[in-house]
Amino acid sequence: MRRGIGLGAIKKNKYEQEKYKDKGNEIQENQFEQMTKQLEVFKVNLEEFATKHKNEIRKNSEFRKQFQEMCASIGVDPLSSGKGFWSVLGIGDFYYELAVQIVEVCLATNAKNGGLISLDELRTRLIRARGKNKSHQEISKDDLIRAAKKLKIFGSGFNVIPMGKDKYMVQSVPGELSMDHSVILQQAEKNNSCLSVSYLEQVLKWEKERGEKALEHMVNQGLAWIDLQNCKDKMYYFPSLFTACINSTN
Amino acid sequence: MNRIKYTSPLLLDGESTVVVENNVRIYDGDQKTSFEGGELIITTHRILWGRPGQIARGQTCLSMALNLIIFIEEESPSTFSFTRSRKIVLHLSEINDTSNGPQPYSMFNFIKLSFREGFTKNITSILHDLLQDRPWEPKIQQPPVENKPQQPLIKPRMGIVGIERSIQEKQKATDASINMAFQDLDKLMDMAKDMVRLSRMISTKIKEKQGDITEDETIRFKSYLLSLGIDDPVTRDSYKSDNQYYQSLAKQICDFLLSHIEEMGGMMAMSDVFCWVNRSRSLELLSPEDILNACKLMQALDLPLKLFEFSSGVKVLQLSSLDSSTVAEATAQLVDEKGSLSSEELSKSLGISLTLAKERLLTAEKFGKCCRDDAIEGLRFYPNLFLTREE
Repeated sequence: MRRGIGLGAIKKNKYEQEKYKDKGNEIQENQFEQMTKQLEVFKVNLEEFATKHKNEIRKNSEFRKQFQEMCASIGVDPLSSGKGFWSVLGIGDFYYELAVQIVEVCLATNAKNGGLISLDELRTRLIRARGKNKSHQEISKDDLIRAAKKLKIFGSGFNVIPMGKDKYMVQSVPGELSMDHSVILQQAEKNNSCLSVSYLEQVLKWEKERGEKALEHMVNQGLAWIDLQNCKDKMYYFPSLFTACINSTN
Repeated sequence: MNRIKYTSPLLLDGESTVVVENNVRIYDGDQKTSFEGGELIITTHRILWGRPGQIARGQTCLSMALNLIIFIEEESPSTFSFTRSRKIVLHLSEINDTSNGPQPYSMFNFIKLSFREGFTKNITSILHDLLQDRPWEPKIQQPPVENKPQQPLIKPRMGIVGIERSIQEKQKATDASINMAFQDLDKLMDMAKDMVRLSRMISTKIKEKQGDITEDETIRFKSYLLSLGIDDPVTRDSYKSDNQYYQSLAKQICDFLLSHIEEMGGMMAMSDVFCWVNRSRSLELLSPEDILNACKLMQALDLPLKLFEFSSGVKVLQLSSLDSSTVAEATAQLVDEKGSLSSEELSKSLGISLTLAKERLLTAEKFGKCCRDDAIEGLRFYPNLFLTREE
């Protein structure tokens, strides 16, 4: 007896194929879920080991390498010293570790914010990346400022800027290396060689501080002029673009 | 060594003595132990070791089951040894129960038996034979066999259920091995290689599915930096003088960062250097002072990177070649092509920051390759016609 001929059979065949596909997806989905769980277990364990056995891990260079590889693939921070009694006196790794993590957060976000981040946001991101352990949650803004001070000797490239009461901005990309100025010039070219901070806020979705910082730097460098005639907004003109603008209007 | 247990030397059911040797020492991996000069008995089931006379009197001795042995080899004697001492290495499989032994933990997966007076018979071939015949099997395997009927016997079945089941089993095994590895530090060190592989596998599987292990860009960046890893970080302890230490550090930082700084357009702020270097060193943190001191030496050491300070006080690490006649030459060529250039235009065409573009033009000017026009619209640079036009 031969089966599998005719419309019914084709339909049935198709139906079965779909069933198999569903099943396959389901299995994959399950497997993925399991992997995510294992990732979590791995993470928690590695974090705990990093805090507890830091010195032992450090001593054994072969193992240290392996440990770092694990941390890299799972995304765990091997630096997680607690604050401790001595760190207040500047002894121990706590503040140095924080300094590394602060710069890391800045580097990771500067594509978005141009290297200017509020201390509050920095803290939230830093704590989230450090791990779930309770001791990580207790890092205060004061700790961060203290850690950032360690970077003072690298010159004025990395700055904590006070912005009024209990508000700070951290600037990690110095004016010398920032690409914001070039972006501003491009915008100004489109806008008759002048623009304002609020214009940057609207068009580029920049934070107010970012625009202010960049424009200020350009004024200092002699690249921009300020015009206060407009009572609503402080306007910035870019003399280097004048000729180009005049030519284009002709 | 953690596979060895204390037991009575009385022979088990069906067990018989095969060889007896004297003056044998046990090594835990490569390390000598205090178990030396003893009597070694190889039976059909176990290896027994006791101090002289202990076994004969039936006192407690050391024993290890033969079924733990994976592989046997004889260590070739070193050129300088004139003794008749011979060593064989026994590679062992993992066990879970490490209680009731002389040493509950061991870093090694092998033990050595050292026969001070050589051996009378060929021990290695005897052990090889025993491992092949597995005379202990019917006896020692019995308890697990009794337990087995309780679990449903899983036949290797084809089809979806079979596949699902095998996946499940694999996952269970993975879970178990993770749990075991993280029991304590020694275990983790033992199993580090497997765990590294496992962690990689998990992260690649997850990346395949959702692009990356996490949404958080900080964690992503962290794992990138960590994965760069410096293999053999320079530490202060291994140098006699500060100067030597800073010099080696300067070289290492240079080796590590050179390619990255080239990619980034030739310059990196010192705070970023601090983060990159320390991340790749993982637990061997460097202080900002040490990094700065090392970077200060780079120019004197003629390395491809050097410390540069802008007039504003910003410190960066930059390619040594940036400050040279080659850059001046290249910039002058661009000025020639365009007729004239301002720092804004140069920054746009090279994709570097305004200040850097200005620095480059100033360098070109310093080398006499171009001339400035400081007008109300800003600073522009023109080709130096004094050089090229005669008359």
